[in-house]
Amino acid sequence: MASASLLKTSPVLDKSEWVKGHTLRQPSTSVVRCHPVAPPGLTVRASSYADELVKTAKAIASPGRGILAMDESNATCGKRLASIGLENTEANRQAYRTLLVSAPGLGQYISGAILFEETLYQTTIDGKKMVDVLVEQNIVPGIKVDKGLVPLAGSNNESWCQGLDGLAPRSAAYYQQGARFAKWRTVVSIPNGPTELAVKEAAWGLARYAAISQDNGLVPIVEPEILLDGDHGIDRTFEVAKKVWAEVFFYLAQNNVMFEGILLKPSMVTPGAECKDRATPQQVADYTLSLLRQRIPPAVPGIMFLSGGQSEVEATLNLNAMNQAPNPWHVSFSYARALQNTCLKKWGGRPENVKDAQEALLIRAKANSLAQLGKYTGEGESEEAKQGMFVKGYVY
Amino acid sequence: MACVSFAKLNPPSSSWIGGQQSLPQRSGSSARLATRRVSLPIRAGAYTDELIKTAVSVFFKTIASPGRGILAIDESNATCGKRLSSIGLDNTEPNRQAYRQLLLTTPGLGEYISGAILFEETLYQSTTDGKKFVDVLHDQKIIPGIKVDKGLVPLPGSNNESWCQGLDGLSSRSAEYYKQGARFAKWRTVVSIPCGPSALAVKEAAWGLARYAAISQDNGLVPIVEPEILLDGDHPIERTLEVAEKVWAEVFYYLAENNVIFEGILLKPSMVTPGAEHKERANPETIAKYTLTMLKRRVPPAVPGIMFLSGGQSEMEATLNLHAMNQSPNPWHVSFSYARALQNTVLRTWQGRPENVEAAQKALLVRAKANSLAQLGKYSAEGESEEAKKGMFVKGYTY
Repeated sequence: MASASLLKTSPVLDKSEWVKGHTLRQPSTSVVRCHPVAPPGLTVRASSYADELVKTAKAIASPGRGILAMDESNATCGKRLASIGLENTEANRQAYRTLLVSAPGLGQYISGAILFEETLYQTTIDGKKMVDVLVEQNIVPGIKVDKGLVPLAGSNNESWCQGLDGLAPRSAAYYQQGARFAKWRTVVSIPNGPTELAVKEAAWGLARYAAISQDNGLVPIVEPEILLDGDHGIDRTFEVAKKVWAEVFFYLAQNNVMFEGILLKPSMVTPGAECKDRATPQQVADYTLSLLRQRIPPAVPGIMFLSGGQSEVEATLNLNAMNQAPNPWHVSFSYARALQNTCLKKWGGRPENVKDAQEALLIRAKANSLAQLGKYTGEGESEEAKQGMFVKGYVY
Repeated sequence: MACVSFAKLNPPSSSWIGGQQSLPQRSGSSARLATRRVSLPIRAGAYTDELIKTAVSVFFKTIASPGRGILAIDESNATCGKRLSSIGLDNTEPNRQAYRQLLLTTPGLGEYISGAILFEETLYQSTTDGKKFVDVLHDQKIIPGIKVDKGLVPLPGSNNESWCQGLDGLSSRSAEYYKQGARFAKWRTVVSIPCGPSALAVKEAAWGLARYAAISQDNGLVPIVEPEILLDGDHPIERTLEVAEKVWAEVFYYLAENNVIFEGILLKPSMVTPGAEHKERANPETIAKYTLTMLKRRVPPAVPGIMFLSGGQSEMEATLNLHAMNQSPNPWHVSFSYARALQNTVLRTWQGRPENVEAAQKALLVRAKANSLAQLGKYSAEGESEEAKKGMFVKGYTY
């Protein structure tokens, strides 16, 4: 796509590398001026999926819509099921996910659904492929591709996210199965520092995953979650978030990731869960929008916030506060607990409750849809919806 | 502003994010980390609010309507000498004074011009009537700016590339300029595509800009961040885009590392065009498309203004290209910071004669207004003179 000129270099140039694709040559004579020579063709990395990626990202980042995150690993899904007295069996997981994806009219508020691998290959209890149900609902299927958090050697008890090994063929297979976006969640812990090492590893892993995803037709959701845990104030969260996102974007650029074909999944900028000073939705919005404005180039089509332990209502109120004026990117939601909590409890595992549970899901989906449009009013919210869901040291 | 905590580390190989200090090695291992809270001042310049206000007011009128840009008249004495000799004048201080006076006393200039970048001599100069140039500017509602770099010199270990010097003593110089009335600064470094560019040259350019920006803000000056990717070369527009994306990624990364406040800077990029010697020219729509793509991929919306350099384009090209970039709303103010593309016809009209001053000033207003309209996306090329269409690219131009 772009051509580059190769140059005879002066002798002292051993140490310099070129920007993009030049090679250094040892000259026979030293030169006073640089002499451009006829440029050979240089292929710049341009994914064959480029157009589709842009289209998919735009579709997910459509007004009034957001993402339903239902990609809980089997272990985590087990915790959800256990909380309503159900065993962690495939049948139960299938029943629960069927309930979610089949909620009538869900696609009015939900543009994408993140699945766990099992679900991507599953059928509903009626025998229809989960991905087909979603596509019929006008919901883009997505897939969690990371392989979880493990301890980061040399850090301050921090974690890193694994999953790059074999990611390319896995992504290709997921694409074939119908997935069109991917998700990779790494974490940063403020009480543990964070160390520069942990931030660098988090950012680099995300950038590599994003490049591999795009290469295989999947829009990468880029998720460095700055955990809620800690007693730090909102200024400290802001500082750390700025550092993390500066690093993420620098490495995304270095990996030639196409910004028009990614989505972000940040945590909002809030005080730590144990900080004595709470913040209002307005404050959360102010800090978070400052962060976005300082770090996110407008080429990125969508920013889909995680809820990370906020209550259903908090998550909605905060999103609403961020959408009171036009933003240069779509600012929306990618919620798991903040969409599923009441729904799960209403279901209780009973078939006769499915309809009510789906109603509850639609209520939350609609509330967040309104919040994305900046039109949410808190009227009629249930007590359940207001319950905080922060779990200290939560392992997801 | 923010409190930070730091913990005793074991092992202490990692450094902390955000103002925490690295700690000496502890002998013996400990299973728990002891934490201690300390207040550590995060760099929050004394001038933050004023900075942001200046940046915003540099291109917005008080009633908040755009349509303004920057007049760059910060040519060093040597470069100003070239301008003067092109119309047969000697490079003397009175001649430089006369020329800058012509420019700055142009009636109504402030309707189209929000800031003027000066060379040091001019910042301390007055009109022949004894009025300080900074006061003339204030009366015109034009904010005075100052070139603070100390020019380009060869970069050892590179491919005959340059680096921009000027960090030594920059802090005290900036403080002095602020006292004299300057409210923004400018630092121009260059990147050469025919010479690579080498990763070294790009890194040095970006790091120098970031350090200068931090020092400027510390002293109350809004830094204009200018990594000029030179027009020289026969490369196609795709190559320019590639290099520009690399350069700006690096610039923003280092700006962040240096804790520069993005709401208090302005950018002065080169537009994304083919090299001057490339066989295919690009029309304004193509230039706009590539340039806006680059900006959207690299410039966070916190940056209030992007003031393009003209770098050898003709007066009209520079206006047309700017106009093409303003055909729909942008997340930042997209405007101009032109030197040659505002001054060329003015200079030729003046010819150094007092009787031509009025006509020369009119010529300046014609170009300033054209670019003001272009900023609003409302420029039409009708009535442009032949002079305005003349290219001003000089191969290997040293500025």
